[in-house]
Parts: sequence; C-alpha cells; structure tokens
Amino acid sequence: MQLCDLTIHQLKSLLEKKEATAEEILDSCLVRIQAVEPKVRAFITVLEDSAREIARAIDKQGNYQGLAGIPYGLKDVFCTRGVKTTCASRMLENFVPNYDATAVSRLIEAGAVMVGKLNMDEFAMGSSTEHSAFFPTHNPWDYNRVPGGSSGGSAAAVAAGEIPFSLGSDTGGSVRQPAAYCGVVGIKPTYGRISRWGVIAYASSLDQVGVLTRDVADCALVLKTISGYDPLDSTSINIEVPNYPDSLQDDIRGLKIAYPREYFQQGVDEQVKAAVMQALKTYESLGAVVDEVSLPHSEYALPAYYLVANAEASANLAKYDGVRYGLRDFSAENVVDMFSQSRAQGFGPEVKRRIMLGTYALSAGYYEAYYLKALKVRRLLKNDFDQVFENFDVIAAPTTPTVAFKIGEQVGDPLTLYMNDILTVPVNMAGLPGMSIPCGFADGMPIGLQLIGKPFAESTIIKAAYAFEQATSFHLAKPALGVK
Amino acid sequence: MKKYDYEIVIGLEVHVELKTNTKIFCGCPNSFGAEPNTNVCPICAGFPGMLPVLNKRAVEFAIRAGLALNCEIASYCKFDRKNYFYPDLPKAYQISQYDLPICANGYLDIYVDGQSKRIGIVRAHLEEDAGKLVHQGSITETAFSLVDLNRSGVPLLEIVSQPDMRSAAEARQYLEKLRSTMLFAGVSDCKMQEGSLRCDANVSVRPWGEKELGVRTEIKNLNSFRALEKAIEYEARRHMDLLDDDEVIERETRTWDEEKQVTRSMRSKEEAHDYRYFPEPDLPPLVIDPEWVKSIAQSMPELPDQAQRRLMDEYGLPPYDVAIITSTPQYLAYFDQCVAEYPQPKTVANWMMGELNKYLNQGNMDIAECLIKPGQLAGLLQMVDDGSISGKMAKDIFAEMFASGKDAPTIVKEKGLAQISDQDTLMRIIEEVLQSNPKVVADYRGGKQKAAGFLVGQVMKATKGQANPALVNQLIDKCLSAE
Repeated sequence: MQLCDLTIHQLKSLLEKKEATAEEILDSCLVRIQAVEPKVRAFITVLEDSAREIARAIDKQGNYQGLAGIPYGLKDVFCTRGVKTTCASRMLENFVPNYDATAVSRLIEAGAVMVGKLNMDEFAMGSSTEHSAFFPTHNPWDYNRVPGGSSGGSAAAVAAGEIPFSLGSDTGGSVRQPAAYCGVVGIKPTYGRISRWGVIAYASSLDQVGVLTRDVADCALVLKTISGYDPLDSTSINIEVPNYPDSLQDDIRGLKIAYPREYFQQGVDEQVKAAVMQALKTYESLGAVVDEVSLPHSEYALPAYYLVANAEASANLAKYDGVRYGLRDFSAENVVDMFSQSRAQGFGPEVKRRIMLGTYALSAGYYEAYYLKALKVRRLLKNDFDQVFENFDVIAAPTTPTVAFKIGEQVGDPLTLYMNDILTVPVNMAGLPGMSIPCGFADGMPIGLQLIGKPFAESTIIKAAYAFEQATSFHLAKPALGVK
Repeated sequence: MKKYDYEIVIGLEVHVELKTNTKIFCGCPNSFGAEPNTNVCPICAGFPGMLPVLNKRAVEFAIRAGLALNCEIASYCKFDRKNYFYPDLPKAYQISQYDLPICANGYLDIYVDGQSKRIGIVRAHLEEDAGKLVHQGSITETAFSLVDLNRSGVPLLEIVSQPDMRSAAEARQYLEKLRSTMLFAGVSDCKMQEGSLRCDANVSVRPWGEKELGVRTEIKNLNSFRALEKAIEYEARRHMDLLDDDEVIERETRTWDEEKQVTRSMRSKEEAHDYRYFPEPDLPPLVIDPEWVKSIAQSMPELPDQAQRRLMDEYGLPPYDVAIITSTPQYLAYFDQCVAEYPQPKTVANWMMGELNKYLNQGNMDIAECLIKPGQLAGLLQMVDDGSISGKMAKDIFAEMFASGKDAPTIVKEKGLAQISDQDTLMRIIEEVLQSNPKVVADYRGGKQKAAGFLVGQVMKATKGQANPALVNQLIDKCLSAE
C-alpha cells in the first residue's frame, strides 16, 4: 500500500498526525502516474510543477483542514485559469481560459492540489472515452476495456491510484457509468446543487458536476466542499447544503428502498442483475424495507434524452465558430467557409452527429414532433419518480446494463453505445441525485449499484451507500495494474 | 396600368436599447462610444463555460416601458435561444423571448388629421444585442471584418406593433410617439444615429375594401424618421405597380438604400433563417411579482399621453403643437417652466416651434444645450407684451440670446434697442414728420386713409424701428383728426 492508494480521509489523518506531508502524497501520486499512464492514459495534462508549488505552500503553512494537501484531477471540461482546457477536442486544443470554474475555485480555497486535467469523450459526448480527439483511456481493471465515459479519465485515474479523487460531469450518466466500470464511487447530485459556471456545456438542462472517489466517506467530503449556491449560475439553487459527512451512519433500519422492475429487464446482463439483487438482500439484512416498483415510462427515457441533450448541444456548441478562440481555418475565403471549415476540422464524428441530430430536432416543422415531445416525456419520467418517492426513500438499480466492454467493440455502432446510458439518463431527465458504488464483479470487472434519491436528498443516498459499504468490501478491491 | 385604389398596411418592429448601467447578462458597462472591445468579458464574448445572469434593472426598465405602452405585464415569462451564425453574435444564439414575452397587448394613440387613432402593440420582449462588424475602407474591398463586442449583451426591448398604420406619415407619427414615450419613461436615449432606436417596417398593400392582407415585405436599415417615411412610400408604390402589372410580390426582406432612395432585396423567404427557437436552459423562467409592477406603476413619471391631454385640456393647444411640445421630456419641461412665468401657452408654443426650433435645428442642438433658459424666454415675451420691444425686435433679440445666453433686458440695454413708448418723445418726432410731409397730410384729410401708413413708416424710419408702432398709429390718428 502506498500513499497514492489511500483514501482522502486516510490521507487527512496522516497529514494531521504529521505522518506524511502534502508533497510526499503528491510525489506518490506522480510516481504512480508515471508508472501507469503509458497503459491507462487518463491524463491530458499533468501539472507537476504547479502542484508541487501548492503542496509545498500547504506543508509550509501546516494547516490541513478541508482538502488541504489532497491531490486531485479534473475532467478537462472544467475551465482552469491559465491551464489548457481542451474538452478533449481539436477545437479547444490550445484554449487557455482566464477564469476558474466555481467548483474548481472551491477546491482551490479548500487547499486541494490540482495534479492535472483528465481525458474524456469530446465535449462529454460518449460513454467510453474513445471519442476523445487525442487518445482513448484504458480501464485499469483490464487495459483492453473502456473505462466508460464521458468522465472516463476521471474514473480511471482514481481507480488506478493516480489521484484520490477527481471531478467529472454527468449529463446522462457520465460520472456514474465510468464509476461503475472502474469500481469507484461516483455521485451526480441534484441538478442545481453544484454551480455549472465554468463547466463547458454539453446539455445545459442536464449537465451536473459530479465527484469520483474511492469510498463513500471521501465522496461526502468532496461533495460538501463544492456544493452550494453560486450567483453566477442562475440554475444553482439557493438552499442550505447539509454537512454530508454527518450522513455517514450505518444504521439504515426502516429505510425504504424501491427497485424498479424496468431496470432489470432485457439487455441487462444476468451477472449484473444478480449482483444488484444480492445488494438488495444485503440492504434487507441491514433492516431496510425493499420492494419492487414500476417506472412505466422508462423505455422512453433514452430517445427523449438524446433529443433534449442534442438539441441543447447544437446551440451550446455553435459558439465554436473560429471567430474569437479555438481552432480557425485560416485558408477560408469568406466567413461562411471559415465557420464551416473550422467546425469541420475542429469537431470529431460523434460531436458532429449529435449537433446534426439536435439541429434537426429543433428545425421548423420537426420541433413539436421531437423536441417538444421529448420535454413531455421528461415530465412523465419525473412524475414516475415522484410517485415512487411518495412511498420510498431510495431507488436502487444497476448503474449500467453490463460491465465495461472492450475498446473498439461498440465504436462503430452508436445506437448500442447509447444503450449504456439507459439506466442513468432518467435520473438526469428528472434532475435527481444519483450515485454509483461498487457492488460486485463479473468476469473480473466491477459492477455498479445505482442509488437514486429525492431532489436534494443527497444525504439519504450517501447514508444508504455508506451502510452498504460498511457491510461489504467491494470498494476495497484494487486493480492489479500490472506495473511496478 | 392602374387597376385599383390601394390601401397601404404597415406594421413596425422597433428595437430600443435600455439605458441600464450594465449589460443584460453580465457586469460589463453599457455605454456608447467606448474604444472597441473594452466593455467585454468572457460572458458577453461567449467564452466556454460562461453563463448568463439576468440584470434586474433591465427587467424593471422593460416593465416601465411596457406600462408606458399600455401593455399587460406578464407575471410569468421566459427566455429562449434564437440560433444563427454571424461573426458579431458570440454565442451563435441570441437570448431573446419567443412565445412568452414580458409585455403584451398594448397600444399608442397618434393623431391623424386631428383625429386620435389607436395603434395596437402586439408585444414587447427583452433580448440581448449583438456586437457589430467594423470595416476599414469599403466593405466590398476590404480583406477582413473586425468584430467589436462592446454592444454584445446590451439590453434591448423589441416592440412589435399591429399592422394598424395606413400611411408612411402614420408610421412616422407612431415611431415619434413611441420614441417620446420611451424618453418620458426614462428607459432609453432613443438615438437613431447611435442605434439606440432601430426600426424595421413591414409593408403590404391591398385593394380598397379587401379584408385579406397583401403579401408583405420587411424593410431594414431605416436609420431616420425620414428614411422610414421615404422607404415605406417607395415600397408601397413598388407593390402597387407590381399588382397593377399582374406581377407577384415576393415575401422577402429588403434593405433601404439611402443613397439611391430605393429598397433592395436582401433575402427571400426561402433564404430566411430557421432560428430554431427553444427555451434557454441557462435561465430559469422569470416570475414577476405583481406588487413590484404596481410599485413601478406608481413611480411612473408623466407620459406623453397625459401631458398631451393636459396641454389640450388646460391650455387649449391644438394636437399639432402638443405633439411637438411633448416630443421629449426636456422639451415639455422647457415649455412648462416658460409658461409658469409667462402664462400664455399658445405664444410660448409658437415661439418654441418657431424661433427656438429653427435655431436648434440649425445648430443640430438638443434643447438641453440651449443657452436661453425658459425664464429668459418668458422675460423676452413679457417685454413684447409690455411694449418695451416690438415683435420684430424680439426675434432679433432672440437670436442674440441664443448665441450669447444673455437676458433680453441686458441685450436691449447694451444695444440701445428699447422701444420708444414715451408719448412726448414720439409726439416731437411725429410733428416733424407731419411738417415735412404736408402733401400726405393733405391727402389723408382729403379722405385717403392709407396715407397714414406712410406717415407711420416715416416715424419708424426716423426712430430706426424703435418706436412703438401701435402707439405711433394711435398718436398720428389723434394729431390728424384733431387739427
């Protein structure tokens, strides 16, 4: 066991007892990064020098409150002042913002040490990180498999011991799905809980910042640090943020857990089903009340999601026109050619596909049939959840239908690839908090248990997750990595 | 060949820049004339990860404007994205309001041939302005465009009228009334040259009596009231000629060519943008507390309609005068202050519309820049009334006052211009004139009444015009009939 393999709370206790310094922790992470990066390829940018500077400053100060001295990585969707922010796209390959995302500012204030920027599917569009314009990231449990996506770099780096935590963004499952594939904890809180300011938008009404950690206690700590109202994000909600670490209690007697039958139907792998059913048995043994429910509109969630998300994306990504920043084709003869040639060169095929689908869905004559219909489905999905939550505290389900698939296996088949999100997108469509925690293995690959809560009831799912973690040891398993 | 008598149907879309201190979705200053790209931040430049935050003041101004336009103010409205690519539009979408505008169902009254006519307002909605392109040299020859984003994110209110206007003159009147209403409401500078008031006109024609509207064209690039009138007249004529020749009017967007005084096609209906409006996900719906609207309504200043009614009812001024006097709040204040000291409204109005306007226009000046203060004009008019100066002299003195800002009595004193109303002085001069013109005196006595005019003229000449003409008349009459 090396420092880089420890959790945040373990590292904090070492720091507070002066048994380790922030710089030693950082060094351990950097050594691991150097060792595994040729295989994992989670990082787009590693910031050794600035990270060391911050770590030393914190050691000098000797105050290890908050997240002081804890290394972390950011999905390259978060704007970082003075640091290249690429969104894993040729379009923004050399883009350096002069501002920090609010979530990043809060980590900086808490003393956390940014080690680098992590790989992702281009503009957060994808479920495998194969759509990065630069290179794919590999799953630390099996380098031939994908880490999931779009926050694949964020999940893989935490799983491989390169950093104890990372931030991702989750539009349709982009934190929970890679967390499940890489055997780590991932939470996407309620829409509005964390500011989106400075997070490069994919689909504004669905995007939410998420946290990836090695256990639930770490998740609670980081979530507490970055949550809360931000006047710069009009969709962030001005309500009090509970102290999530207070929810780390293993007494869940009487907690009412529902499992929706639609989430265990066709397409869901038998081993995944079995692991989640086993998890439900564990909950029963802990005194929770578990019952089956129905979320009848679930089958419409995926198509509705891709209409809403792509429609918003078609507008959000229109600003990349080569005029003010980003890639520009200087050979263009006129402004229209400059727009189209810059965009043709700057965007990858999946981004183009989604922009075109979204543009189509909003076009005159199609708006009612597609976009408007999708908004109605969205309301029905929300109603389904509301109804279940009248009688239950938590909804439990698999995070993904299968474990991580092989690199290249689905890349030519967008529809199959989209199916990876089928169990996570309804949560974004309803704006609810969702979490994935390790609950078993199939063929040596981790399986994720998804816990879904009422709006702003992150505390409840953290409590349920913590109780499960205390009763099991899945979260302690680590990939072999196969390197020295 | 002329086949029908036609009716012209006009609707206007007017953009008014709201004069908030900062832009509508960020904290950048909203000011005209700054160095290019100095009032710009990552938000109004459309940088990645940036989000809009609505300026409350812009909402307040929209409500004030809406109330002034007799609109209903929505208690619930929302913002939408209007998508199109253009180098001056940083996000490649404009945040606007599509199906739920903040203001709807209003009207403005104008005067047509002395009759009041009501022009309906369909809606007024909030949106952000785009930046602008700047070209060095000719737009057709320069190799590139420069983008200035200072204007990007300036709050706009787009005010859409019903197609209620029936002539270019009515359209002009409506736009003038709209401008004065916005000025009185204190929400905009409404300067057409600076672009804080912009107007597009929708024009169609139909044979008299026809209920269906004809095919309309939209005219852009109307940069003055005169351009609006000329362009509508030209466009309506063009439609009529096409119909007379059994030709088809294309539904299209046209631009006014100021130089050639014609409209030219910009883009056809087929080339029209599909803006793909959809709700702006970065801004929650805007819920407006009716109490807030009420308090704004209570703090509204006098508006042109109220002022116009006051001037007509209290002073009996004709609609024509009233419309001019209420064109800006400054102009009305000038009038009111002047009348307070010289309570003859019609005379004040005449002087303002006559001399004052003449010199203001000559100097291309605003009334705020006028050196003659309202009290000084009142002083001048009083001197005419009490006979110290003649009306003719008053005009010359006015010119002096306009140039120097001096009081009328000061100028009269300095130049020795005072009117001679002293009877003894005048009598001495009159006697001299009578003695040196015995023939004329004889003519008068012989029944030639007109001969008196010549004698008065001689007295005026002898006094270099300073004699009080009415008094001279009176005195000559007295002298001649007495002897």
